[in-house]
Amino acid sequence: MQFKSRNFDASPVALTAENLTVTLPDTAGQPQVLNNIDITIRQGETVCLVGESGSGKSVTSLAIMGLLPEALQVTQGRINLEGRDLLPLTQVQMRELRAARVAMIFQEPMTALNPVLRVGDQIMEVMELHTELSAAERRARAIAIMEQVHLPDVPRIFRSYPHQLSGGQRQRIMIAMALVLEPVLLIADEPTTALDVTTQKQILSLIAELQRVHGTAVLFITHDMGVVAEIADTVYVMRRGEIAEHGPVEQLLRQPRAEYTRELLTAVPSLSPRAPRPAGDEAVLQVTDLNKIYGGGGLLRKLPETHAAKDVNFTLHRSRTLGIVGESGSGKSTVARCIMRLIDPSSGQILLDGKDIASLGRNALKPHRKKLQVVFQDPMRSLNPRWKVADSLIEGPLNYGTSRREALAEAGRMLEFVGLPEGSLRRYPHQFSGGQRQRIAIARAVMMRPDVLVADEAVSALDVSVQAQVLSLLDQLQQELGIAIVFITHDLRVAAQICDDVIVMQQGVVVEQGSAAEVLVHPRHDYTRTLIEAAPGRKWDFQNFREMTEVNHADPA
Amino acid sequence: MFGYILRRILAVIPVMLLVAVFVFLLLRLTPGDPAAILAGDMTTPAKLERIREAMGLNEPLHIQFAKWIGQLARGDLGTSLISSTPVSSMIASRIGPTLSIGVLTILMSVALAIPMGVLAAWKHRKGADYVVMTFSVLGFSVPVFVTGYIFILIFSLKLNWFPVQGYVPLSQGLGAFMTHAFLPALTLTTIYVALIARMTRANMLEVLGEDYIRTARAKGASERRVLFRHALKNAAVPILTVIGTGFALLIGGVVVTETVFNIPGIGRLTVDAILARDYPVIQAMILLTSFLYVLVNLVIDLSYTFFDPRIRY
Repeated sequence: MQFKSRNFDASPVALTAENLTVTLPDTAGQPQVLNNIDITIRQGETVCLVGESGSGKSVTSLAIMGLLPEALQVTQGRINLEGRDLLPLTQVQMRELRAARVAMIFQEPMTALNPVLRVGDQIMEVMELHTELSAAERRARAIAIMEQVHLPDVPRIFRSYPHQLSGGQRQRIMIAMALVLEPVLLIADEPTTALDVTTQKQILSLIAELQRVHGTAVLFITHDMGVVAEIADTVYVMRRGEIAEHGPVEQLLRQPRAEYTRELLTAVPSLSPRAPRPAGDEAVLQVTDLNKIYGGGGLLRKLPETHAAKDVNFTLHRSRTLGIVGESGSGKSTVARCIMRLIDPSSGQILLDGKDIASLGRNALKPHRKKLQVVFQDPMRSLNPRWKVADSLIEGPLNYGTSRREALAEAGRMLEFVGLPEGSLRRYPHQFSGGQRQRIAIARAVMMRPDVLVADEAVSALDVSVQAQVLSLLDQLQQELGIAIVFITHDLRVAAQICDDVIVMQQGVVVEQGSAAEVLVHPRHDYTRTLIEAAPGRKWDFQNFREMTEVNHADPA
Repeated sequence: MFGYILRRILAVIPVMLLVAVFVFLLLRLTPGDPAAILAGDMTTPAKLERIREAMGLNEPLHIQFAKWIGQLARGDLGTSLISSTPVSSMIASRIGPTLSIGVLTILMSVALAIPMGVLAAWKHRKGADYVVMTFSVLGFSVPVFVTGYIFILIFSLKLNWFPVQGYVPLSQGLGAFMTHAFLPALTLTTIYVALIARMTRANMLEVLGEDYIRTARAKGASERRVLFRHALKNAAVPILTVIGTGFALLIGGVVVTETVFNIPGIGRLTVDAILARDYPVIQAMILLTSFLYVLVNLVIDLSYTFFDPRIRY
């Protein structure tokens, strides 16, 4: 693993935060949102701010930008940008600095651009606000920066609206917008979290390239230790509003001093697959030549068809986990939805306990539905916010004729099983944390005693430490109840930790399938190799604070 | 886009036909006999019968309907049973005041309500927000005849700024038109300001929580720019819908204001026709208002594409 080992001691300081404290007023006695934060970033340096949700990473970045929500107040400390204290500045003075001296890019390129303005205009707006350039000059500079961020067909994209661009292109637009005035500091708040790994890799190298060209200091906020290992010069680990530890990247990953850093690193799922479990002999789900084709209709002329899933075949045994891995648009969710019959497959067989459910009608399907249950990605949205947990849990069993009293008793047992306190039944989803909500979602699915559980990116929205707990909960369920799991994920690390078998999909086609150990360690298809290579920090064994050993090193060469 | 417009225009035909059937049947079901009203209290059954015969009211319903539709297809809205003048010329002479006051009302409402709604959203849960919202509730809940008379009392009788009643068409000069049309329009504005300001506030609040608003602020945009250039256009579509349906409702619902200010508009024409059971006029009026409604909705749907590039027909 090649870490960055550049020395910036001689470079001028771009930004310092000293004793920065941010509080939520009227909450005396409670811990501060930010407590005495000290950060230094020098020109050309990449500082990574890592931590889990709620640690104060984003608050730090917003404080620097002067964009804290009104509820939050800086009560103490200084923020110096090129030696100038930002905190006493007026709103108007702060506005002049934004985008000109300190710029920011955000997590969701899908929502961070204004949907009703052309992207070219959005880039030019920055110059309109901060420079005296003429319209023609603004246009020329916008086009130049768009070329610098390697956007294809710049004249067309210049006139496009955000929805006409891909996620990666939109993030490039954001970067172009942020860097067009060559700011001293670029704050990047989880800029690649919502992107596919291959796109992530491109965006990370783009940021590094522009940083070299312009000498920008970068404050990179992330929860992903893999990304940290790839790009950081210096790392600050944050926890509950405080800096738990900071230091050069290699030192921090090799010899973490703070207990919390160790915990965080140990929770990073390893890319080397776990030992395969013995294959059962009872097949619960058998999919043969599954196809899903969209479009092709059209009244006057035939519309082009999209093959969202093509000739998918697999067999899933009891107590086993099958991972379907791929990037957005690969068809992995289409396959999952076909299996659950949330959408109708175009052709093929889906044998559930030996019965083909691929073409059953609504009524004929009903008795089979309970055997297939699902856990979705975002527990904030998959549980009805107006329903008590008890109502969500017993709805399924009630639909299948269980008495209310029995269902409630079962719900109580189920909650205990997934590790939630007894009183949870009478509470509402918003009273729980993300991880707890996902446990509730799992309990809801398992209430039906399904044969197959479909987990669609079920841990992607969770912090790594919570992720590890939820994964081990799924494992435990499998052991005790013999459930088979179809695990849809874009994250190879997660796939390596939980899957026995893996299917790799690309644009609707299965490019490779086999045991996780085989596919992830000795990939045969180019695309699988690309995916593995794009996984950030893949050469580092985070849990053991050292390089991956050759034995378990997933080497695509 | 062109194909979509064509389809939408063609779709107006069945809608209007359906409205025509309903209007026709509904009127025939309501009690009251136009012949009896026309004949007056001192009449003989024989005379009444002759009047019915002359008005075509003795013929079977479907024949009456077919005749009426036939006339409509030729652009003939019929002749008033009471005044014997063609309905189309009655409407033509009355629609001017209603439309011009309607348009003035909408212009004033939009000009007031959008800044008010934006302000309320920007100052969410602060003084200005509460003031705007209180005004909205008041504007919505006080009936127009009360607001109308209060305005007359203050602006006409006390301050002597405007005439108490009456109407002067725009063709006789903007000044004369405005002095007569301003108070009725202001009265109606209180309702629509309330409606549009609330809608603007609600949608602006939603949009102001979006990520791209944070992006705009991170670019160094001023609050005014954030509100009007970045947020308002995104909030426009639902606001536009309210303005459009508001306008259509306005045309159909101006009767009280027209009465208060003694304006010879279609609202009063309709009420007079209903009281007199003047079927051809009532039918024409209902058809006209539904047609306006359909038309306004079409225009609104098409204008969405101007505000939101993601909408494509």
